[in-house]
Amino acid sequence: MKKFLKTMPDQCIACHVCESTCSNLYFKTDDAELSCIRITETEDLPHMNACNQCEACVKVCPTKALTVSPQGVVLVNKKLCIGCYMCIAACPTGSMFRTQGGLYPFKCIACGACVKTCPADAIRVVQE
Amino acid sequence: MQKPLRKVLAEFNYELAPVIKGYNRRTLYINVGEKAIKSKPVSDMMIDKFVGGKGFDLFLMWHGVQDDTHWDSPENEICISFGPLCGNTSYPGSGKSIVTTISPLTGIPVDCNVGGHFGPYSKFSGWDAIEIQGKADEEVIVYIDGDKGIVQILSAPDEEINSHILAENLITEFADDPEKHQFVSVVSSGKGAEHVPISCLNFSFWDKRRKVARLKQAGRGGTGMVFRDKKIKALVVKYSGLKGDTNNPVDLETVQKTGLKLHKEIEAGDSTQCHMREIGTAHLMEIMDDYDLLPIRNFKYGQMPEARALASWEFKNLFTQGMADGCWYGCSLSCCKAVDNFVPRSGPYKGHKVCVDGPEYETAAGCGSNLCIWDPKDVVELNFYCDTYGIDTISFGTSVAFAMECFENGILNLERTGGIDLSWGNADSVFELIHQMARGEGFGVTVGQGVRKMKDIFAREYGADPAFLQDIGMEAKGLEYSQYMSKESLAQQGGYTLALKGPQHDEAWLIFMDMVNNHIPTFEDKAEALHYFPMFRTWFGLQGLCKLPWNDIEPANNAETDEPAKVPEHVQNYVDIYKAITGKPLDKHELIRQSERVYNFQKVFCMRFGKGRRIDDVPPYRAVGPVTEEEYLSRQERYDKALKEKQNIDPTGLSTQDKMKLLRQYREDQYQQLIDAVYRRKGWTPEGVPTLEHLKSIGMDLPEVIAVVSKHLK
Repeated sequence: MKKFLKTMPDQCIACHVCESTCSNLYFKTDDAELSCIRITETEDLPHMNACNQCEACVKVCPTKALTVSPQGVVLVNKKLCIGCYMCIAACPTGSMFRTQGGLYPFKCIACGACVKTCPADAIRVVQE
Repeated sequence: MQKPLRKVLAEFNYELAPVIKGYNRRTLYINVGEKAIKSKPVSDMMIDKFVGGKGFDLFLMWHGVQDDTHWDSPENEICISFGPLCGNTSYPGSGKSIVTTISPLTGIPVDCNVGGHFGPYSKFSGWDAIEIQGKADEEVIVYIDGDKGIVQILSAPDEEINSHILAENLITEFADDPEKHQFVSVVSSGKGAEHVPISCLNFSFWDKRRKVARLKQAGRGGTGMVFRDKKIKALVVKYSGLKGDTNNPVDLETVQKTGLKLHKEIEAGDSTQCHMREIGTAHLMEIMDDYDLLPIRNFKYGQMPEARALASWEFKNLFTQGMADGCWYGCSLSCCKAVDNFVPRSGPYKGHKVCVDGPEYETAAGCGSNLCIWDPKDVVELNFYCDTYGIDTISFGTSVAFAMECFENGILNLERTGGIDLSWGNADSVFELIHQMARGEGFGVTVGQGVRKMKDIFAREYGADPAFLQDIGMEAKGLEYSQYMSKESLAQQGGYTLALKGPQHDEAWLIFMDMVNNHIPTFEDKAEALHYFPMFRTWFGLQGLCKLPWNDIEPANNAETDEPAKVPEHVQNYVDIYKAITGKPLDKHELIRQSERVYNFQKVFCMRFGKGRRIDDVPPYRAVGPVTEEEYLSRQERYDKALKEKQNIDPTGLSTQDKMKLLRQYREDQYQQLIDAVYRRKGWTPEGVPTLEHLKSIGMDLPEVIAVVSKHLK
């Protein structure tokens, strides 16, 4: 079972509200570089990037700082993380992020805050 | 497990302080004989001239020992240092400790580069190096509590000596609770190190997934025997505060960015390049066999059809896949593979389920192909027992191979070996040898003396021809060769035999550049390579780094660069992270200069102990060309062609003996010419003595160095 953010690029209007919501919630600032969901505008549909909870990062973490919750969400345990960022390199979708000079990676935990503010219904939290 | 009752024999309290720019600016001195512990300051001179790691070790040792110190003198030291880059969690391969001591095999300083968590944890506990001197009168453990700032010498009534059990016992004992095993690391050896000099130290790291203590080896030169001679059962460190910035760099962002760049390179490239994350260095097995470089039958041959039984895929089948197998945090190359749930079929742990760290290439070749042991599980068993008994797999393999060839030639027989049949490939006999080493009995103890001493014993006691023993005995300076064939690469003959501590490939591995790609055809080309690469590789030992992420993964465009063998982008990575951590200026030229200072200091250290002469840099002929007729005939086409093309000699009509003699004259002369060129390039006299001008030009003209060199220049 895993709980993740399902994205629907064909409905996305690239308003970036989701990024604002996320970065405000977790970093108390409006900065797309600090959002766990990233919207990249392309000539075609927008590219929507958020963790799909595939757990590739969990396998490479040397300190077992990445764990999977009972709902199937990958979580970063800052008490155990030593900031090596091997998880960022291992992520097949580029959905693990870091801040400049920061000590811990961050990622989408499917909290659903962005779902509530998305005006186009382009994001949903699903459980499979 | 019941914890042993320990007496505190000495205690030293110190103030905890953060590392600043990669340094603590103090070293820890422990005399286990006098039960003395103290802190020593690190001067600017030490940092400027010796940098850290091996540089600090050698500097401390130089001033700790006397000119006549032997390996078992109380004043001999075991130094362990870490380097300013050691312990950063961003750049792969940054957790190495460097161990030095006066070697029981060579009588000169030996240095080993070893993984595991002991080094970084000791550094973050507050020390740039640990210097251990003296001989205890009872078994002791040295304990560093890096959380509280306490160093203790404790009594060690523990029954266990062997590392795979002792390390786990001590981790369990010293960890605050079972969830904190990863914060404790142990250095230990084993029963074998009490009896034979071909011994090693094991540095542990707690594997959180397997829930076992993994063991990495400071393998070469007999460090384990010095350790046990001092009656040290273990060194234990505890440190719980590791974070991404504990090394306190000047510019964390650059360290992180550079590390992440390499992580991504490894992620993209390892599965098509070296497969380190699947097989570790054992990926080399069939490559070496393909190029006639895999040692077989005591380095007689480099290739045999049987060797396919030890190909990398056989080991891959044994290694548990998909594990985070880094020996320090942040190493995405993850090469330290392990065989889980292995059940030995011999010895005191027969029938136990154990986790075996390795085999790496050197072990697979040394304890496998070189002995004609073709069952990978037998190699794993030798790997396990070598590690837990504290025996170096490389010296073990090369020493047993020598004994087997002596057995083949009738120099040894069943009577002389105490009934052990040393026919090629007899794994049961090799198992018996290693168990004898651990028990301190039988012919195993003779083999465990290493090749140089065996040569003396076999000539003296069995009337063997000393010249033949010299030719086939794969040692130089008293240290056994590591596991590559150098016969067809003149540059690698130099790479091995000019190596300061003895023939280990960690100074230079030039076989492909030289033999396969012919990129360094002239003596001057080879001399330049034998200058640059040993200096570049020495730098890893100054910083606390591993060599493997330098060229066991390469950028996708590396082949298009001017000097692909140097992997220029990775050299720049090292320059960048050094500057970002220490805040000191560096470029790729000064990087080499840093090494050159310490390298020449080590060279002079060897001279101070009566070695470091030209005669010490001469290889056994087995490393240069065919010793026996069967060797010549096995590659007759190659050698005949060499006579024709390189010596202008028509081999038609010549006897094999005549051809061997002519080839030998030529190759030995070539080797001497190579030495001349290399010494010139290194700034040394034809006798191998660094000149005063050279020492001054590199900034290694310390009075104590000049005093030694001056004696040799007269």
